[in-house]
Amino acid sequence: MVLRHIPIREGILGAAILVLLGLVSIRYSGFIAPANLANVFNDTAPLIILALGQMVVILTRCIDLSVAANLALTGMVVAMLNVAMPGLPIPVILAIAILLGAMMGAINGLLVWKLAIPPIVVTLGTMTVFRGIIFLISEGKWINAHEMSTAFTGFSRTAFLGLPVLSWIAIATVIVFGVMMSRTALGRSVFAVGGNPHAAVYTGIDVGKTQFLAFVLSGALAGLTGYLWVARYAVAYVDIARGFELEVVAACVIGGISIAGGIGSVGGAVLGALFLGVVKNALPVVNISPFWQLAISGSAILIAVAFNARAGRSKGRIILKSAEGSV
Amino acid sequence: MSVFKKAMASAAIAATMFAAPAMAEDNMRIALVVKALGIGFFEAAAKGAEEAATELGGVEIIYTGPTDTTAEGQIEVINALIAQNVDAIAISANDTDALVPALKKAMSRGITVISWDSGVAAEGRQMHLNPSSNPLIGNMIIKLAADHLPDGGEVAVLSATATATNQNIWIDEMNKVTGEYSGINVVATVYGDDLADKSYREAQGLMASYPDLKAIIAPTTVGIVAAAQAVTDAGKIGEINVTGLALPSEMAGHIDSGASKSFAIWNPIDLGYAATMIAYNLAKGTATAEAGKSIPMGRMGEVALDGNSEGAMADPFIYDASNIDAFKSIF
Repeated sequence: MVLRHIPIREGILGAAILVLLGLVSIRYSGFIAPANLANVFNDTAPLIILALGQMVVILTRCIDLSVAANLALTGMVVAMLNVAMPGLPIPVILAIAILLGAMMGAINGLLVWKLAIPPIVVTLGTMTVFRGIIFLISEGKWINAHEMSTAFTGFSRTAFLGLPVLSWIAIATVIVFGVMMSRTALGRSVFAVGGNPHAAVYTGIDVGKTQFLAFVLSGALAGLTGYLWVARYAVAYVDIARGFELEVVAACVIGGISIAGGIGSVGGAVLGALFLGVVKNALPVVNISPFWQLAISGSAILIAVAFNARAGRSKGRIILKSAEGSV
Repeated sequence: MSVFKKAMASAAIAATMFAAPAMAEDNMRIALVVKALGIGFFEAAAKGAEEAATELGGVEIIYTGPTDTTAEGQIEVINALIAQNVDAIAISANDTDALVPALKKAMSRGITVISWDSGVAAEGRQMHLNPSSNPLIGNMIIKLAADHLPDGGEVAVLSATATATNQNIWIDEMNKVTGEYSGINVVATVYGDDLADKSYREAQGLMASYPDLKAIIAPTTVGIVAAAQAVTDAGKIGEINVTGLALPSEMAGHIDSGASKSFAIWNPIDLGYAATMIAYNLAKGTATAEAGKSIPMGRMGEVALDGNSEGAMADPFIYDASNIDAFKSIF
């Protein structure tokens, strides 16, 4: 009964993660201990949060390459705020991080919406601009552990019901996005815009505005993750999360979110992120050469994409064939 | 206005012309030229230079440099120093080649020129003082771990990328001397790619794979900070000592928490001191900068020059709870 409600793609990805866990536990049995799995989940939490934002953007036929730079800039700004005003309460810092991230997302969104510049170009540009701004405001200096307040770095690791707050924030984001994508007008219009933008226009959906909102969401989540990231690693500098945007996109692609837009699910994005998270956490303990590690991570992505491409193709063909047959 | 400016400039030039010979009679003037003014590292080097001047007596230190880290700015500074006819220039260069013509001009006027910290091409200086050398660094990083492990134990290395040249050289040099530290067993070398998240994960992996691990050696600043945080989060402060190469400002928090007992990097005060001592000895003629020769550096011993007229000052300086507070605001 329950199995019927789990889509095939997510089911296969979930099974792949379980097989992976099984394989790793042969080499290192401690990996599947509950405490270690909780660690892996906590380590993957930033990726899950960012993948959800990226998912919405990709669903609308766009891409956001500026998420890691947005994360780094927000992280630096809140870290500098913390140094300047150590007494600033954490909820205020969270609000600032989310707002700042959303503003940067809005810049991407406006450029895509109002100037109709291709999203990959816009976000490549803003990615570099954001990194440049970090350098300007920090003058290339690091914000270090001893300069941050204990509340600032402690928030994300406070344990609550056995899991750190960082993990709970990821879980809350997953729930919010699950409801938003399936139960709200925004969620449905995101799918409509990506699936068939022309049809979406005829149903009264503003394609540009929906894409704008997708970028704002992605930016807000990047901002939120920016604070969590800096707090987790207790250091902020220009280069934090360098190249992380590609991992985020990879998580979405592995999770079966079509890069052409319109196809994908919250469950897929989460599983895609978890898959990458398990791979990243497993490689250090199974003792594989760093050169092989890169090859293995890359192969996992290619296999997932190839699989998704095959799975996605058959659906469209059937309709055409039956249409041809009837003529 | 321009007449006034010209008059002022002439007056200034005249002043230096008259002032310079008068000063030269009693004091030797050594110019410490840095990459840019206002950088903590170089301010500390200037402190060391002053210390050397006090020790030597009759030496005046001119601490100078451009306001931003450009070769053009340093060339202007060098030309001004030539005009002042200083006795020696000790420079940390912003560019290996761009400064060569200006420094050659200085040498042709009989000014002693050495480079320190960041070098100038061989034809633009008499010698170059490196803060340390690869064998000394390789030895230091394993020594840092061994110092706190009298009974020996398992240690692991957390490097940057697998292809980082300097990291690989230091680790090679470390492996050459590991046998001299009895009981110390290097069990793994992992790569954090100088990314905080990957380094953190690799440190977690080391702790999981080697339950008896006693120390993590990270000869990279991103790696050492991430490993210290991972050890702290795992609740293993006191069990696992994180050490390696880092800047005091970046590690102060982890020294306070005990996640790192000590780490090393060059000491800018010693560097400024040694550069001044060398410049003094060369300008005075008590030593010559030739391949294979040694130049005395006061309390820092002697520097031996290699075929390229380069020498290494000393072991990297060890920072721990006793001196971190004094250095964390410097660099």
